[in-house]
Amino acid sequence: MTAVLQIIFDALSLGSLYALGALGIALIFGVMRLVNFAHGDFIAFCVFAMLWPSIDATAVVFVGLLPFYLLIPLLLIIGAALSILSEIIVFRRFRNTNPATMMIASFALGFVIRHVLLMFYSSRPKSITLWPSLGLPVDFLGAHIPMLQVVTIVITLAALAVLVLFLKRTRYGLEMRAAAENFTMARMLGVRANGVILLAFAISGMLAAAIGLILATISGTADINMGANVMLIAFIATVIGGLGSVPGAVAGGFIIGAASVVFQATLPHDARVFRDAFVYGAVIVVLLVRPQGLFAPKSAKQRV
Amino acid sequence: MTLLAVDDLTVSYGRLTALRGVTLRIAEGEVLFVTGPNGAGKSTLLNAIAGVVPAGSGSITMDGAKVTGAPPENIARRGFSLVPEGRNVFGALSIEENLKVGVGMRADRHKIAGDLESVYAEFPMLADRRHTPAGMLSGGQQQMLVIGRALMTAPRIMAIDEPSLGLAPKIIDQVYEILVRLRAQRKLTLLIVEQSSTRAMMTGGRMILIRGGRIVLEGAATDLIKDERLKQAYFGFGDH
Repeated sequence: MTAVLQIIFDALSLGSLYALGALGIALIFGVMRLVNFAHGDFIAFCVFAMLWPSIDATAVVFVGLLPFYLLIPLLLIIGAALSILSEIIVFRRFRNTNPATMMIASFALGFVIRHVLLMFYSSRPKSITLWPSLGLPVDFLGAHIPMLQVVTIVITLAALAVLVLFLKRTRYGLEMRAAAENFTMARMLGVRANGVILLAFAISGMLAAAIGLILATISGTADINMGANVMLIAFIATVIGGLGSVPGAVAGGFIIGAASVVFQATLPHDARVFRDAFVYGAVIVVLLVRPQGLFAPKSAKQRV
Repeated sequence: MTLLAVDDLTVSYGRLTALRGVTLRIAEGEVLFVTGPNGAGKSTLLNAIAGVVPAGSGSITMDGAKVTGAPPENIARRGFSLVPEGRNVFGALSIEENLKVGVGMRADRHKIAGDLESVYAEFPMLADRRHTPAGMLSGGQQQMLVIGRALMTAPRIMAIDEPSLGLAPKIIDQVYEILVRLRAQRKLTLLIVEQSSTRAMMTGGRMILIRGGRIVLEGAATDLIKDERLKQAYFGFGDH
């Protein structure tokens, strides 16, 4: 029982992290058919934004020393600002080019961000401790669950709930969903293209900041490549969920998170090191059966 | 008073020229049919006015203000609402959400709720299913929905591209009944594109016939039926 509970908590916390990442990618893909591969570097940038530039192994925490009620909004703003700036400076210029060109532009942007971080912080991973008290376990029905895991799940579910409320209940959310389905039609109904796209980038950037905070807290390190793995899996999650589908992205994130944890727990001991191979194998099977993804929207075709 | 003026409009897709020097005027409260064979440039004309397709040369003027080259959302905000071919409902959004996408730009917020009720009164089957995803509707119902959606933007000109495309004759009759009624009730200016000119003749109003990107005939729809040139334009005998 406690083992099952532990697996459920692991799956939920890993899945919710992937879901947040997948959402950040799906929102931007929805409004401009861009797979933003710089998203992982946005995550790393937000983590390093908490530190003083230095090349030492121990990080000099700077913004990270602020109390959480100041730190969290500040990081969200940093994430949103970085994301908005990259739309204005880079992606806007590629808006009417084909999706492959935009994707390559996003790789280029990612390289630039990574190398700026490299310049100021060096490639050495740094240890940071943000909230040590979160490492303590809590007892829940007999299972020892780290406090941090509970906090991660709660924060993610809260972020998802806020986002769903925004998308479902507000005028801008409605415009964003309409634009994701048929951008030209939405514009012909007076929806401002730049407004919707900037909003999608802002939200995506805030999601990246949230992931950065969670990752830094869980791992206790700041590493320039820390966003890359999440980005890759989050991208796969959006593909599995059906590119362009927001609920699909969330579901895809949780499915991959759950698959990783379940494989980790159930595979024979010798096979566990190959866990990721099993996960990606399962992904291939899913895509062979449903190439359009599990929750592909009818609008998933290319925009004209 | 002229609401919309198109002057010497030319539109090209690469080396293919779809419209060659089209000039037309639409007065307030008028019904204008644009007809012509497949590939004549009818949809291109609507899309160019809506700002979806860039104009090569010439100008488009609404209310005396030049809108050539303006983005689609600005043209929509001036009161030009296009119901494009193939209906384009937002399939994952509910009927009510579809109706509300276009109200964000309206300045007269207090009128929105009343307009929603009057659209539901006009299309009762939309009211019954207001929380159903629009993708579940039949073709005819989707056509009603997109007309309702355009009405919710409180347009000054409503342009409809092939409202009868893919619909059963009985449903087409219904659609036109509603359009005629709306026009009478709301003094709506209508710009309707149809491949067949029979509808135009049944409905009345002014008609323009396009062929090969040019206006070849223009006049009252009921007069044009007697014109031999109408058949020529469709079937291509005689000169082009």
